[in-house]
This record gives sequence, C-alpha cells and structure tokens, in this order.
Amino acid sequence: MQVTVKLFASFRTGREPIVSGQYPAGTTVADIVAQKEIPVSEIGIMLVNHRHVALDRVLVDGDVLAIFPLLGGG
Amino acid sequence: MSQLDAYLKANAVDGLVSLASQQDAARHFDVSFAKVEAAILKHGLCPARYQRNRQTVTCAGQLTLLGSTVAVIGCGGLGGYLIEELARLGVGTIVAIDPDVFEEHNLNRQLLSRVANLGMQKVAAAAQRVAEINPAVNLVPHCAAFGTANGRELLSGVTVAVDALDNRDVRLELAAVCREIGLPMVHGAIAGWYGQVATQLPGQDITPCLSAAGDGPKGVETKLGNPSFTPAVVASLQAAEVCKVLLSHEGTLSGRMLSCNLLEMEFEEIHL
Repeated sequence: MQVTVKLFASFRTGREPIVSGQYPAGTTVADIVAQKEIPVSEIGIMLVNHRHVALDRVLVDGDVLAIFPLLGGG
Repeated sequence: MSQLDAYLKANAVDGLVSLASQQDAARHFDVSFAKVEAAILKHGLCPARYQRNRQTVTCAGQLTLLGSTVAVIGCGGLGGYLIEELARLGVGTIVAIDPDVFEEHNLNRQLLSRVANLGMQKVAAAAQRVAEINPAVNLVPHCAAFGTANGRELLSGVTVAVDALDNRDVRLELAAVCREIGLPMVHGAIAGWYGQVATQLPGQDITPCLSAAGDGPKGVETKLGNPSFTPAVVASLQAAEVCKVLLSHEGTLSGRMLSCNLLEMEFEEIHL
C-alpha cells in the first residue's frame, strides 16, 4: 500500500519533508516513526488525513501521515 | 454633562485628546487616568495615543479593550511581547502570572529582561514596563506558578487567558481550567525556528494539539533553544487573536491551529 509521510519543523532536518512510499499491510504510525528514526519523546501532533491519531494507528492505502514535533517553549 | 466631559470636549482636537490633557484632567478632577480614558472614549473621542489604532479598532472597540482583563500566564519569551503589545493596544487590565526572576540566559529573547534587572521578578518588571508605556493600563502581578490548585482563583474576573507557558503539563492544566470556567484561551508555543498558535473558545477543546506521543513536559526547545524572533512572531499572532476575541471579531483560529516554520517561511493550518 502507498502512504505519504509529511514531516514538519525540526523533523525535516536530515530527512525529506514529503515522501510517498510502499509499506506492507498492517503498518502503524509507530512503524513509520521507527523507520524515520524519529524519537518518540520529541513527537507532538500526529495526523492521518488531517485527523489526530495515536502511534498505534494502523495505516491504509492512500493515507497521508503528518508528524509535528512537540513545541513546549514559551 | 459633567465638568470632566466638558473639559475633554473643549480640549479635543480633531477628535483626539492629548496625553497631556488626559493627565491634566486626571489631576484636576481627581480621577484615575483610566477613568479619564473611559470618559474620552464614551464620547466618541480618542486618546491621541490610539490614533493609529483607528480603523483597526473603533472608539467603541477601544472602550471594550479598556474594560477587558487579559491574563498572561508566563512572562518570559512569549509573555514579555504579549504584555507589551496588549498594553500598547489598550487592554485595561493585564494579570501577569510567573514565579521566576530574570536570568542571564533570558537576555537573548525576553523583551522585559535587561542587564540591569537580572534577578528581578518577571512580573515586577512587567508592572514597571507597563507603567512606563501606558498609564491607563493596570498590571496585576502574581509571582506564582499557575496550576490546577490556584488556577480558578488566578483567573477570576479575567476575560481571556493567554498561554505563554514553557511546558506541556501546565499548558494542559491551564486549558482544562479555562474549559471548566468557560474562559477563552489563546495558546502559543515555540522551539527554535518553529511555533504554533491556537484558540480555545468556550465549549471547545484543543487538547489534541497540546498532546504528545512521549511523557515529558518539555518539547524540542530543549534541543533547539529559542532565538529572539520566534517569540516575537508567535506572541504577535496571539495578541491579534486576543484582540479579535475581545472585540468578538470573526476569523479567529477557532477550530484550527497555525503551525509556523520561520526557517522555510511556511505556515501550515491544522484542523482540530
């Protein structure tokens, strides 16, 4: 299945901002986070097709996953 | 018509009342500077300091701002700019909440910090600054850490709360207290080149955009730091949101979050 992964802010450092790739059925958001070597502790918002999701969300063909870092500063 | 009203009308030029006339009126009639300001605005006149606000903020709107109370929770990077902009805008009462004193590492970005006031309470510096720039504005300082236990008390009488905090856990507590008491909250957060802004109106819940996959209260700012311009941009977006909420304007970020990337100059809208 095809999934598009969009990374934002500091997650773009050393990574492509938008990549469409083929993934096996059953792939979760956590699997992609691990593949991209993104520290879970740095993750804030995760969206699939513009809706908030958790790490255990199972992706389906055509999904667009967006991952933003947690911004905590003031 | 009262003597004060007659004095103000007699001293208005092209609908504007000068700072000197406003000060004279306060002294002569033994009323506060803010009360003179309210009298000016009630007559459709404008304190001369706000003449460049006109068209953006009407006299009636300026009177609404004067009668408003905005709480700024956190008086560091975001909070310093917020207090400055809200005071210049003419928000009548600003409640400033922060437990900290200024330290050297604040000097790169925190507007209220100066070499001469290192060690000073941030809320005391805020009160000093506001008194210097707009005597119509009353800054109420609370040198305290915001939390669930004292939140309702600190936000008593407040019209809008502004999140200028520096960690997620207290943000979630602030958002929860605001939901419980039906208070609009304007959220802002920063890290490095990046920032985000969202507005939680009564009945709404922006928790999804404050949540994190990990457990820690801090975000990537611990790695990226915060330069001078990011808090200025994000605080200004928040101040514009506060102004619109106070004046019941359309077009707030209600239901949306704005994500700002100043490195690539990209602004992304996230629907909540």
